[in-house]
Amino acid sequence: MPVTNYKTNQEFFVDMQRCIGCKACEMACAECETNGHESMIHVNYIDRAVTIQTTVQVCMHCDDPACANVCPADAISKDEFGVVHTANTARCIGCSNCVMACPFGVPKKNEAYDLMMKCNMCYDRTSAGKKPMCATVCPTQALYYGTREEMAMMRPNSSPVNNFIFGNEKVSTKVNIMMPKGATELRVD
Amino acid sequence: MAKLPVSEEKLIEQFGPHLNYPPREGYAGRDEPDREVKTHCCFCGMQCGMKLLVKDNRVVGFEPWMEFPYNQGRLCPKGVERYLQNNHPDRLMHPLQREEGVGFKQVSWDASMEKTVSEIKRIQEKYGNDAFAMLSGVSLSNEKSYLIGKFARVALKTANLDYNGRLCMVSAGAGNKKAFGLDRISNTFEDLERAEVILISGANVSETFPTLTHWIWRARDYGAKLIVVDPRMIPLARTADLHLPIRPGTDSALYGAMLKYLADHDMLDHDFIDNHTSGFQETLDAVKDYTLEWAEEVTGIEKAKIELASQWWGKASTSFLLHARGIEHHSKGVDNVVGCINLVLATGRIGKPYCGYGTITGQGNGQGGREHGHKCDQLPGNRDITNPEHRKYISGVWGIDEKDMPGKGLTAWELIEAIHRGEVKGLISICFNPLVSLPNNNYVREAFEKLEFYACIDFFMCETAHHADIVFPGSLHEEEEGTVTSAEGRVIRIRKAVDCPGEARPDTSIILELARRLGQGDKFNYETSEDIFNELRVASKGGTADYFGITYKKIDDNMGIFWPCPTLDHPGTKRLWEDKKYCTPDGKAHFNAAPYREPGEVTDKEYPVVMTTGRVVSQYLSGTQTRRIGKLVDSFPEPKIEIHPQLAQQFGIRQDEMVRVSTRRGSADFPANIVETIRTDTIFLPYHWPGKKSANQFTPGTLDPVSKIPEFKVCACKLEALGVFATPSIAPKNVARN
Repeated sequence: MPVTNYKTNQEFFVDMQRCIGCKACEMACAECETNGHESMIHVNYIDRAVTIQTTVQVCMHCDDPACANVCPADAISKDEFGVVHTANTARCIGCSNCVMACPFGVPKKNEAYDLMMKCNMCYDRTSAGKKPMCATVCPTQALYYGTREEMAMMRPNSSPVNNFIFGNEKVSTKVNIMMPKGATELRVD
Repeated sequence: MAKLPVSEEKLIEQFGPHLNYPPREGYAGRDEPDREVKTHCCFCGMQCGMKLLVKDNRVVGFEPWMEFPYNQGRLCPKGVERYLQNNHPDRLMHPLQREEGVGFKQVSWDASMEKTVSEIKRIQEKYGNDAFAMLSGVSLSNEKSYLIGKFARVALKTANLDYNGRLCMVSAGAGNKKAFGLDRISNTFEDLERAEVILISGANVSETFPTLTHWIWRARDYGAKLIVVDPRMIPLARTADLHLPIRPGTDSALYGAMLKYLADHDMLDHDFIDNHTSGFQETLDAVKDYTLEWAEEVTGIEKAKIELASQWWGKASTSFLLHARGIEHHSKGVDNVVGCINLVLATGRIGKPYCGYGTITGQGNGQGGREHGHKCDQLPGNRDITNPEHRKYISGVWGIDEKDMPGKGLTAWELIEAIHRGEVKGLISICFNPLVSLPNNNYVREAFEKLEFYACIDFFMCETAHHADIVFPGSLHEEEEGTVTSAEGRVIRIRKAVDCPGEARPDTSIILELARRLGQGDKFNYETSEDIFNELRVASKGGTADYFGITYKKIDDNMGIFWPCPTLDHPGTKRLWEDKKYCTPDGKAHFNAAPYREPGEVTDKEYPVVMTTGRVVSQYLSGTQTRRIGKLVDSFPEPKIEIHPQLAQQFGIRQDEMVRVSTRRGSADFPANIVETIRTDTIFLPYHWPGKKSANQFTPGTLDPVSKIPEFKVCACKLEALGVFATPSIAPKNVARN
């Protein structure tokens, strides 16, 4: 790994309450030529017939990434900063194990390239001390990249949560979801 | 003469809209641009700061501009994709002349200019000067707006100049002038941050001004209560503390009832009302019968919600009220605006920190563009063309005899009517696409077909340009230096990033060349945009919109200057009215009575459903630019009607079924999107598309008597389920990757 200016005190925060479904994040993500102009972040309506609410799903960068664990080709790696990198193109065999294993439904197989592609937290930007593109442009800051202290000051009514309980499984992530004040985990069952 | 030379389909095949996508590997040079140009988005009134990446005279991408204080890097999808209007395959590169049966043929600049000038002269000699009109737009810079105001009066010598601001914030401008004697938002958006109550009325902020949402969410983090008034559950309303789902066309009833509630419960700032305002009692008298029960009946909002909104507003110590086209696009747009202002004045919450009021200007230069004279009744500095002193001052700046200054002309919609009557025979337009943006657009099209000569300046072949005799290829936002004034009243610099491609020319040079050929070159001697701005500064001096103290350097040094800024040593004015000295003749803020009246068209047995119109996040105005950008189109490929399940059931309409919408002005078919996020008596149709996909083939356009804004937001229609289903929206075939 080359020497970087990656800021280890900066974290990624997602606040679904603030998402307005505008897709600025998707379009900004797709600007990256390493993605082949495909977005690695996804905005979807929950149920448009009854609500205007949208969700935004970005790679959660798990502490113990299921995608990497199930990869038969060892194509997915987590670096020293906790960033789970997209499949190494030389190794990925397009088997989709990671697509099925991810508890958050993040990796997508790009059929045209026969490759898995996912967010690497804009490593080209974050390693240069910048914020990821989606969190930079997000017009409502539903996506925020900064320190935990900044977040605590700016959003006094919310708490960041990065522990997710899926049945008996607990998944801890590098990316935080903003929850009501005092919450410590999100149960998804 | 101005009928289409060939079919619409053939014109679209040749000139688009085609969809521009960047190459998968990105544009060459994006990683190593020659320069990063700090400028602003070309779209809405937020004017977000951004950097354009330039390589070999091509815009190859963008970078967020983190330091620009309003948006600090934040952008909406239109801002992200904005750079793709550059290097677009549809870009007009040469002057074009209409040729019957062929379409448009390429001609020289000299021939196109000669033809235009000879037609101007012919028409004016035959029918009089005012028979040749001009239409302009407020996506243009301050310099161009000023220049066109001068060009029309001095070179064209016509009274008939108006602009697309007539379809935008003109009701707000008129209301603000009545109340304050000046037309600008009273505060910067920073004052939202600690407002206790924020009332947003008729403003789909998250789709039309997405980056403003940040400031509203910030306020909520500090505990602000958010009230949203809108017939639909717009994204901003989803998490609001209170959503008032108002029946379209009844806004002034709501604000009248709220004012009465404040007075009945003594939630008034008596000291402010007594000492700094006038007209309170008459205004209150006009709403004395507006009980909560009455308001519920008229507006369709539960009275408990109106009461709660009134209480929150009444008890707050700080507040911010914002409105936009949702209350302004009405035959009583000015009444709606003054109804809002009355609530602000009654509580005295203006001219203080975190106490704000204003319209959210829609177009890129909706603020500056409405101040410097390309409006039929206006001269620079927001002066009045009928005021003898104002005429004298500006005539002096322009070097003409005051007697030669034309008088007040017709407004945009009235010009269309005058073409039908045969009074206006020739037209030149820039930055305006009336065939999409004006109401009742079949009537508008018929007007264009009647013109003896029409010249259009544009960078893409907009739908209106299809009717042109001459099309001049003008410049994009990033191809000329200049300034604009954002919705906050902040005058900022627009930077030239690249040269015009092909034979396209800067808009300014086209106007100057026409002025020279009309024999007025001596009054249009400018080397640079800054020269024009410096003349604008002088022309605005002493007006309410006073830019005299603003220079290009001062803007650069401060990342923008807020007008009024009357002297060179003046820092500019972020917050208005701190001194409580209003610009009205008596120096006081004016209450204005706004009794409720019905919209121009009401529902009846034959047309029982209310239609309202608006925008979507991925499109801008008439779509001339945004309907050409691939990902923006993919995001919302075509208009659908939004309809509540109850109303859909009443007409037997199923999800995605084609529905025939009929009004007194025509009918067309749209897919249905059945959603619970709209009133049960109202359908919604976004307006960015032309022809049979347009919302404005239906809108009646009843004019507000004061602002002359046409009514876009209320229309009576009937619905018929057609039994066939829309094919899923797929990416259109007109794709061009370059």
